[in-house]
Amino acid sequence: MINSSRYWVQRSTATSRLGAVLGIMLLAVLISVPYWGGRAEMRLLVEVFYILALAQLWNLLAGYGGLVSVGQQAFLGFGGYMLFVFSIHVGVGAVWTIPLAGILGALISLPVAFLVFRLRGHYFAIGTWVVAEVFMLIFAQIIALGGGSGASLPVSVVRSIASSRSVREATIYWVALAVVVAVIVVIYLLLRSRHGLALTAIRDSEEASRSLGVDNFRAKLMVYIFAAFGTAAIGALIFLTKLRISPAAAFDINWTTTVIFIVVIGGIGTIEGPIIGTIIYFLLREPLADYGSWYLILLGSTAVLIMLKAPQGIWGLISERFELRFFPVQRQLRWTVNDD
Amino acid sequence: MADLLTTTNLSKSFGSLLVIDSFHMHLIEGEALGIIGPNGAGKSTLFNLITGSLHPNSGSIVFDGADITRMPAHDRCRAGIGRSYQIPHPFVGMTVFENLLVGAAFGSGRGESESYDFCAQILKLSGLLEKSNVLAGSLTLLERKRLELARALATRPKVLLLDEIAGGLTEHEVKELIATINSIHAEGTSIIWIEHIVHALLSVVSRLIVINFGQKLDDGNPKIVIKSPEVQKVYMGISVE
Repeated sequence: MINSSRYWVQRSTATSRLGAVLGIMLLAVLISVPYWGGRAEMRLLVEVFYILALAQLWNLLAGYGGLVSVGQQAFLGFGGYMLFVFSIHVGVGAVWTIPLAGILGALISLPVAFLVFRLRGHYFAIGTWVVAEVFMLIFAQIIALGGGSGASLPVSVVRSIASSRSVREATIYWVALAVVVAVIVVIYLLLRSRHGLALTAIRDSEEASRSLGVDNFRAKLMVYIFAAFGTAAIGALIFLTKLRISPAAAFDINWTTTVIFIVVIGGIGTIEGPIIGTIIYFLLREPLADYGSWYLILLGSTAVLIMLKAPQGIWGLISERFELRFFPVQRQLRWTVNDD
Repeated sequence: MADLLTTTNLSKSFGSLLVIDSFHMHLIEGEALGIIGPNGAGKSTLFNLITGSLHPNSGSIVFDGADITRMPAHDRCRAGIGRSYQIPHPFVGMTVFENLLVGAAFGSGRGESESYDFCAQILKLSGLLEKSNVLAGSLTLLERKRLELARALATRPKVLLLDEIAGGLTEHEVKELIATINSIHAEGTSIIWIEHIVHALLSVVSRLIVINFGQKLDDGNPKIVIKSPEVQKVYMGISVE
């Protein structure tokens, strides 16, 4: 037998320690934005935060769980509507509807999973989209929620967050920041854990992971429920910033296609990929948004080019060339050099 | 010694093609059993039925005293059936060490951190220790085959199913592999090995089964089995030694 002290496992790397320091500094700066930043910058950053959080969740779902859903807008729209239901009709504080929408989204994902988990591959993708369309049609029928034309959040609900506009905007900003940080931290901890081993194995070969004792179905279901929880909570947050909801806006497939674009160009199956992808998406969008269709054509061409030239995404290229890893989910085996 | 694994009347067809036909076999605890047969005889399908990758149309499989015919693949692994694939299926984006940890943390019934030492020892045994922290996607064919074996061992199997693990290796590499498999067997793990390289097989197994068209053609002492006229006929007169 080999003495147990001769082998050990190391998780952090030089770049990850540097990354942790930079990450904490960046977080400190982001927390302070409401004290010195302008209104427009804060609005933009809130959008960056929730899009990044959605991208991380979709990446977990598709990049690790192999669940290529194009129907996450079902949970996003559902969460958005839960904000209106509970803040207007039940009297829950607007911000508190965010975790509540998450819990309800997780619950509603169970019957949905029961349906779509029977489908494989492309059929799964189409099935999830159909479910999202069904959600839209159902919410369009509910007269109390404005039916097909939608509803606005009453001034009283908006005021209940905070009476002054600047405090209200700062509150929403911090909540959005907290949501994206929570999503990234939870996914990071999940991937570092034993479950992360299973999910990464499933990402690389479902056949082999099954034959090594991994319950693929359970792991996928867990990821699906977690993604539904997060996406529904973010849905409530998004429509709290928009103050108005309609079935067409809430269950718009563009929520999911935007996120797929981000994950694919950034690098699927990594935590860094969606971060890079989100930065690229907003860098392209901000200066080009005024060019209408040309902007969409450019976005599409970028995606096609990257898929052809760098299927692992931009982060895939960078991490391969420079051996960089900011989120150390890997386990490095170390041992003492003097051998028997 | 008791039977560790038995299949009774096992049949599997793909559409109208009967691939495994009323197949009976048994494996005694601690035994090393070899399986040969021409391409398309149903050898890999038999493994897929035993490991749960496929489900039979009829018949039953009993492992370690329990009927596992309807058991899902991951539970069979946890019950003690380990396998290596003919075409290696490494987790390409994980390190070699992490590949083993998956098997140890999910298939062996022990926790992840309790398995670090165990996995390190298997890596040493299979000659992969120096490659521990390399991504499995960058391994050579020989290393991938070794990883298949090492990963299956990490699940602490009672029986190890090896599917053409010596295929594509050089003579020297085959010798190293045989030494590794013999030492695994010596430690008490039962083995079922499908292999075309018959001399490699014969240096490990104590019993040989011949399959053709999904049926058992012969079963017994390897030296006698390969000399039988039926086996010679199936191999069309080509010397199997």
